[in-house]
Amino acid sequence: MAKFVQGKKACAVNPLKMSQPIGGALAFMGLRGAMPLLHGSQGCTSFGLVLFVRHFKEAIPLQTTAMSEVATVLGGLDNVEQAVLNIYNRTKPEIIGICSTGVTETKGDDVDGYIKLIRDKYPQLADFPMVYVSTPDFKGAFQDGWEKTVEKMVQVLVKKPEPDATPDPKRVNVLPGSHLSPGDLDELRTILEDFGLEPSFLPDLAGSLDGHIPDDFTPTTIGGISVQEVAAMGQASWTIAIGEQMRAAAEAMQKKTGIPYRLFERLCGLGPNDEFFMFLSEISGREVPRKYRRQRGQLVDAMLDAHFHLGGRKLAIGAEPDLLYDVASMLHEMGTHITTAVTTTQSPVFEKLPAEEVLLGDLEDLETLAKERGCDLLLTHSHGRQAAERLNIPFHRIGIPMFDRIGAGHRMIAGYRGTRELIFTLANLCIADHEANHEVTPDTWKNPWDGDGHGHSHAPAATPTHGSAVSTAHH
Amino acid sequence: MSSVSATIQEVFNEPGCAKNQNKSEAEKKKGCTKQLQPGGAAGGCAFDGAKIALQPLTDVAHLVHGPIACEGNSWDNRGAKSSGSQIWRTGFTTDINETDVVFGGEKRLFKSIKEIIEKYNPPAVFVYQTCVPAMIGDDIDAVCKAAKEKFGTPVIPVNSPGFVGPKNLGNKLAGEAILQHVIGTEEPEYTTPYDINIIGEYNLSGELWQVKPLLDELGIRILACISGDGRYKDVAASHRAKAAMMVCSKAMINVARKMEERYDIPFFEGSFYGIQDSSDSLREIARMLIERGADPELMDRTEAIIEREEARAWAAIAKYKPRFKDKKVLLITGGVKSWSVVAALQEAGLELVGTSVKKSTKEDKERIKELMGQDAHMIDDMTPREMYKMLKDAKADIMLSGGRSQFIALKAAMPWLDINQERHHAYMGYVGMVKLVEEIDKALYNPIWEQVRKPAPWDNPANNWQNRAIAEMEAEAAALAADPVAAEKARRSKKICNCKSVDLGTIEDAIAAHGLTTVEGVRTHTNASGGCGACSVRIEEIFEARGLVPAEEPELDPIAAEAKRRAKKVCNCKSVDVGAIEDAIHAGASNLADVKAQTKASSGCGGCAERIEEMLDAAASTSVPATLVAAE
Repeated sequence: MAKFVQGKKACAVNPLKMSQPIGGALAFMGLRGAMPLLHGSQGCTSFGLVLFVRHFKEAIPLQTTAMSEVATVLGGLDNVEQAVLNIYNRTKPEIIGICSTGVTETKGDDVDGYIKLIRDKYPQLADFPMVYVSTPDFKGAFQDGWEKTVEKMVQVLVKKPEPDATPDPKRVNVLPGSHLSPGDLDELRTILEDFGLEPSFLPDLAGSLDGHIPDDFTPTTIGGISVQEVAAMGQASWTIAIGEQMRAAAEAMQKKTGIPYRLFERLCGLGPNDEFFMFLSEISGREVPRKYRRQRGQLVDAMLDAHFHLGGRKLAIGAEPDLLYDVASMLHEMGTHITTAVTTTQSPVFEKLPAEEVLLGDLEDLETLAKERGCDLLLTHSHGRQAAERLNIPFHRIGIPMFDRIGAGHRMIAGYRGTRELIFTLANLCIADHEANHEVTPDTWKNPWDGDGHGHSHAPAATPTHGSAVSTAHH
Repeated sequence: MSSVSATIQEVFNEPGCAKNQNKSEAEKKKGCTKQLQPGGAAGGCAFDGAKIALQPLTDVAHLVHGPIACEGNSWDNRGAKSSGSQIWRTGFTTDINETDVVFGGEKRLFKSIKEIIEKYNPPAVFVYQTCVPAMIGDDIDAVCKAAKEKFGTPVIPVNSPGFVGPKNLGNKLAGEAILQHVIGTEEPEYTTPYDINIIGEYNLSGELWQVKPLLDELGIRILACISGDGRYKDVAASHRAKAAMMVCSKAMINVARKMEERYDIPFFEGSFYGIQDSSDSLREIARMLIERGADPELMDRTEAIIEREEARAWAAIAKYKPRFKDKKVLLITGGVKSWSVVAALQEAGLELVGTSVKKSTKEDKERIKELMGQDAHMIDDMTPREMYKMLKDAKADIMLSGGRSQFIALKAAMPWLDINQERHHAYMGYVGMVKLVEEIDKALYNPIWEQVRKPAPWDNPANNWQNRAIAEMEAEAAALAADPVAAEKARRSKKICNCKSVDLGTIEDAIAAHGLTTVEGVRTHTNASGGCGACSVRIEEIFEARGLVPAEEPELDPIAAEAKRRAKKVCNCKSVDVGAIEDAIHAGASNLADVKAQTKASSGCGGCAERIEEMLDAAASTSVPATLVAAE
């Protein structure tokens, strides 16, 4: 439904987008005992590291091949070899996940070839799990890096089941998109287990970056799905993919193992969850547990309470495709208008987005359009804070990075409960904004026909329509 | 790229850099090209360093020419503050794509500059080069030049692509860029005899504003701060200052030294961290200004303010001293100079149980030793587990460090305070010191620690991870104690040179086998200290431990020996040798000020003042009898 529009500027101002390699690195962080390795200059890693530390407030395992100017020109075999050896010897990882960067892609390093040479040279590495993904910085965005990496993990790490093996009806593979937080994954795991299912999440950030106190110091990831468990995913009877970005990985799984998949483009909102719970009921052969029937009722009530505040709001949203689609669609269902949508990369989900257009752009575009179109609710990552301040409209942080608030890892959007929490948060934000900036005074309607009419663009929140309706009431 | 390599060489030859001074000629040629270890490196790159150094210039548009990673992953991540323009916090990047990589990104860069000038009209645009456009050969100097001519706005190329080296190098390359393209290009509206530059201060958390009111009160004007809360025009006209203070020497020494060389602006290295340091710095500023023509009464007013501020700060801190009794601090820091923090904490009555020297120069280490006593526990590279053990063994009550090691303290349920760049509080000057003490107190006495340290009721406390870690380490230590062979092996396997991965055993063997007596000898035989050279101090310590003093060259004839003795550098900043200072003393210089006036020695960083005092003492003691005779 929404038209996809490419920005025409040469210069990105206040980037919304982050690069592919760190999206890939984050996917690797959902594996247990993993050490993600960026093949590039040390800054490529350092920026990603700092970004994740600030977002998750956790120690982040991320290494670099530390390409120097000379190594970049001559090729990075030595650096990849040394990095792999050093990591292997020092941190004793269970897997090393390698992502390329702009520098090494510009040169054209054949990392798959390097890995083969390294395996041949060092017998101890012959069968050591290593996965390489090509993720040039100058192409795609964060979500694409995640997408490619999960697809590659499925191709490399999942074992083809024996021809006569029967799938385990309880076992389910879950392939979550990068728009879900560790908190969302925890919620989904509980839900699946309550249906008597045994889920394997790939990747599983809930094990590694959910901000728990670890059992020991370890330089690699402190949790997540193990390489063995990934290998055994071929025994499951279903694959659930969440977010359009996971379609490629789900198809790779099907191709390799024959396991059918079901893709849920959204898990935020009432309807999508009804579908999700009914699907689980179907594949598990169990009724939806009481707990969730109750949660559904709570969500409905929350939606009723909140629609006074969210209805009629004009949303400006800047996010990666799947997150944008999920959250904006839910708000659309609450009566909010998706007035401005800016994203980082192309995706087929936009065909279904109930908005006029989606712009491939930056936060300057988001800010400019939000201002032009009179948006009064801003959703994007933490870098939107400056725009929100200048626009003086309520601002809620979604996506990565969220560095100026804590608890990023536990913010939920999925499930009946996650949706309910998000709705409450956004509605309360709008109420607070009203109190702070749009409280009526004796002067509010003094010159109701002048210009923008003293706060009329933010008429009392309980009134679903703006402007004239309020003014007429006073005449 | 040849101009970049030329600039890098020049930066490496920086005579004001103490670290470079400790290096041999061959090492200097190699510069700071510390070979990064793939799979074992974690620092920022040269681009990061350049951006950090210049980004606090608040009214400048900082445009990053490269793929999205360089700006998209890192923008608006610094805690510097601005009193005016916010454009410095706007992230600008050319976000180059595949087509640009194939056909070149120069057109996109030019267009980007045009768009920025049209939309934001900043007084200047800084263009940062990154790895990918450097590889494909985008000539940003040419684009900047063309854009400047076309649009009439200064467009400054900052050539510091990430892969040329580490963050520290980027700081200096940034300095070179403003020296070459900015400083001296405009004139100030007016000048006063009270104009100073502050170099290497970034106004993190607004800390400069903790000191500026004092300077305002004294009538001292910060003509330009490079770069915290700086304005383009101020930096462009900063060559008219009368004196300069250099705050973080490693970052911007080249700027301070070259401004002295080109514009005759003397500088000193000072710090506003800690009470004593703040007072010293204020005095030094006043002294230098008076020397350059300001009214000498400035010193009286300065002393009055120092007395008043010190009294206020001490009174505020005194309240905490009883609460800090017997409290121990583990200090792990790179960014803020260790010694200035050490002094500050001791002023508050805290006991220091260790400090990191990872980024400190030899001279810094000497200062730390001086402040903390010879047996200071200096931690070169503690492992997280060792850091935890140190905290746990009640050797430390609180850890002060940068953001990266915080999780060790926090997961170990130990108080922790951020004192590096990312910190939220400002700790400069007299008020800042009180603030630091206040924050330490808040962290130490927060009731949360008591609660989070309680094990869960169903937990077996003997088997939690903290106790297991300690037990493992103790078991390892016990195993070593029981097995002298293994213990010796462990001792010998300690890494001395991280760059070239050389352990203690290898060096000891080389010393024994070849009868080595110099660091150079060790380098020839083992390659140790052939990288960054930072371990030469540790190698000297090995000689000391073996009762060997690193030997000079074999005996020379007496004349040559005397010439060699006199040619020894005392002051690295101003390049003054023993002979010149001795001559000055012979010619009548009787105190440090005289020597300084006659030879310029110790008017740079001031690190050699002590050496000169010793030389004066030695000269005085030999001449004492003569004076006594004359008096009789």
